[in-house]
Amino acid sequence: MRELARRFFRNRPAVAGLAILLGVVAIALLAPLLYPGSPFALVGTPFQPPLGRYLFGTDQLGRDLTAEVVHGARTSLLIGLLATTIAVFVGATIGALAGYYGGRVDALLMRLTEIFQTIPFFLFAIVLVAVLTPSIANVILAVALVSWPPMARLVRGEFLAMRTREFVLACVSMGMNDARIILLHILPNTLSAIIVTGSLMVATAILIESGLSFLGLSDPNTMSWGYIIGEGRTALRSAWWVCTIPGVAILVTVMAINLVGEGLNDALNPRLRTA
Amino acid sequence: MSGAETVLTIERLTVDLPPWADRPHAVEDVTLELRHDEILCVVGESGSGKSVMARSILGLFPSRYVRPSGGRILYGGEDLLAATPEQLRALRGSRIAMIFQEPMTALNPVLTIGRQIEEAIEVHQPVAREERRRRVLEMLSAVHLPEAERIYKAYPHQISGGQRQRAMIAMALTLEPDVLIADEPTTALDVTTQAQILGLVREIQATRRMAVLFITHDFGVVAEIADRIAVMQQGRLVEHGPAEEILAAPREPYTRALLAAVPDLLPAPPRKAFAQAPVAMRVSGLEKTYRSGGLFFGESARVVHAAKGVAFEIRRGETLGIVGESGSGKSTVARCVARLVEPDVGEIRVGDTDFGRLSHRALREARRRVQMVFQDPYGSLDPRRTVGKLIAEGPIVHGTTPATAWQHALELLELVGLDRRAAARYPHEFSGGQRQRIGLARALALDPEVLIADEPVSALDVSVQAQVLRLLSDIRERLGLTVLFITHDLRVAAQVCDSIAVMRQGEIVEYGLTAEVFAAPRHPYTRELFAAVPGRAQSERRAAAATASP
Repeated sequence: MRELARRFFRNRPAVAGLAILLGVVAIALLAPLLYPGSPFALVGTPFQPPLGRYLFGTDQLGRDLTAEVVHGARTSLLIGLLATTIAVFVGATIGALAGYYGGRVDALLMRLTEIFQTIPFFLFAIVLVAVLTPSIANVILAVALVSWPPMARLVRGEFLAMRTREFVLACVSMGMNDARIILLHILPNTLSAIIVTGSLMVATAILIESGLSFLGLSDPNTMSWGYIIGEGRTALRSAWWVCTIPGVAILVTVMAINLVGEGLNDALNPRLRTA
Repeated sequence: MSGAETVLTIERLTVDLPPWADRPHAVEDVTLELRHDEILCVVGESGSGKSVMARSILGLFPSRYVRPSGGRILYGGEDLLAATPEQLRALRGSRIAMIFQEPMTALNPVLTIGRQIEEAIEVHQPVAREERRRRVLEMLSAVHLPEAERIYKAYPHQISGGQRQRAMIAMALTLEPDVLIADEPTTALDVTTQAQILGLVREIQATRRMAVLFITHDFGVVAEIADRIAVMQQGRLVEHGPAEEILAAPREPYTRALLAAVPDLLPAPPRKAFAQAPVAMRVSGLEKTYRSGGLFFGESARVVHAAKGVAFEIRRGETLGIVGESGSGKSTVARCVARLVEPDVGEIRVGDTDFGRLSHRALREARRRVQMVFQDPYGSLDPRRTVGKLIAEGPIVHGTTPATAWQHALELLELVGLDRRAAARYPHEFSGGQRQRIGLARALALDPEVLIADEPVSALDVSVQAQVLRLLSDIRERLGLTVLFITHDLRVAAQVCDSIAVMRQGEIVEYGLTAEVFAAPRHPYTRELFAAVPGRAQSERRAAAATASP
């Protein structure tokens, strides 16, 4: 564990990513303290430019853009984390079963995965939210439903390779049941791959959520980055900051998560690193 | 060999290892000369620096952290360590050629054999296409490849391992080099193929009067082909001299230890007769067939009979060896018997139980009666569990309390010659030999009626191999274990097995008491196997000397 941390902290981009990410998380957690009250509240004249009375200026309705972005961070991170957790759980379970049992189970589960993969994932997410009515829970569900297939494929591949390793055969020959072998022996050995891919999935989940709320397919009563951009896009020429600032927030957060993911990858798989 | 002229001189060569390695130098202060018309064998265990030494001649270093820091390598009056990349490139392949251990990975899988050999000519000499082709075909016949035309057009995966190694040799020889460096060229091959390739290297060397630098870890191979021998240990040259002298009277203790570690081909004296003991395991009519391909393109399915009517029995306390080359089906048999692979048909009885027909649930319960030690010391232990947990887990699964199982695991660690403190450490902290001991302890933890050992020492260095074999015999004696021992190595089989079964292409071709099979092999294939064991003459001389002066 200590060795792992040492390898991670030697990687400068990853440390920078982690610092930014922690900053975003801190802002999200402190949002109710920094900007109490609703971010939907009108505070002044519309279209005030940034660095005036309000740090990021105001939007077309005269709402404080800083409050919106800070509260929006909560939504983005929450949805990103929850949707990814569900996707990892579903994907890893399906992948593990397919890879471990092989044969018909594998064929069946992989065809199912392919069905999900052949539908363009963003359109699928739109359809799901549109059918299920836009609410935070449904957005999370939709994002999770479109992101698990790659995880299932990855875990299946890892399990398939591990299944024939001698240490797994040794477990079988000792008379262990399948659940024990899967959970206590193979899964811990695939954990590093799952963590790395999972961390990168958070970034994708945030992007999908932003896209959905940009299209107005998110909870209209919850502030989110995509929603601000969607609302502000009509005024893009006259008030560039309304779209740009939440856009930069998305960019920076996703980039930070990617850097952390890459850093984790290098730290967990030192053999793959270039010498 | 005559006191011929020196072709290549290595002078006080030192090659550095990166700072985080376990020793500062891969090669330390090695001085050697390679003479015209001779085979110099460099022998050493893994990590002795023999490969790095050989490869530094061509400037092929495994990473940018491994660099020469002292000495010279003189060839034709030039220091190769100081040569420019262009100069080295001109020498590589044309004057100094190299063949590698694994011909499958050393050949490009998407080019035909003929094309690859032609390319070797192309980069060094401007020769017309027809002429190139003629020379390649000539070389292919020179290395005794049948149907040179067919091989010329074949891709690497379409020919056998031995043929690939012959093609590699043909490639190395097309430009008629002065020096051939052979880095463990027969290690990946079966004994019978190895014997042929060694014969070929000997023949080619003699007809072309080349200098051959032959790297190997196997003293048997050395005894077959060396004119001179250099022994390396930990990057240093321990001893070198004419082959007869070193083999007959090694001066250095390390050389003596290495030679002594090579198991005798003479079977150990029979322990006792097991004919009266109850049968611990009986296998009969075991069949397993693998099918592959044939789904599309109208080609017929490739059918491999991994086991065909295999039958044997092991009496309590006895050790039965299954000997065979790769692809003979010996591992499949082991896995079928342990029910890690389901046989197509056949009966497997363990004691009174019909082990082969147990239901899924009953089998899980009964598995403890048949335990296995695996070949790969690196892949057979879960890297994320401590050694103690690995050993204790089996008994815990079968209902032993964790405290008792842990206590037993500590005792087993001592039994296999490891410290009790090893229990808290992870597998990667141990060497290959130690890991095999851990694997053995894990198998013994369930107190099995039959222990299956699938090539348990073939991935280990000879000296470590000898230790593990000694441990295995010792424990077998103490616990009265019944063992099914799978091996490709007749020497190892001679030392540990009471009876042996020789397998070829899924069938047992010869089956009998070890002493009888070794004294008078009946099946032609068994005789062929015996004839192919490298260093056989040397072993026999040694055995004769041992009986003459007890």
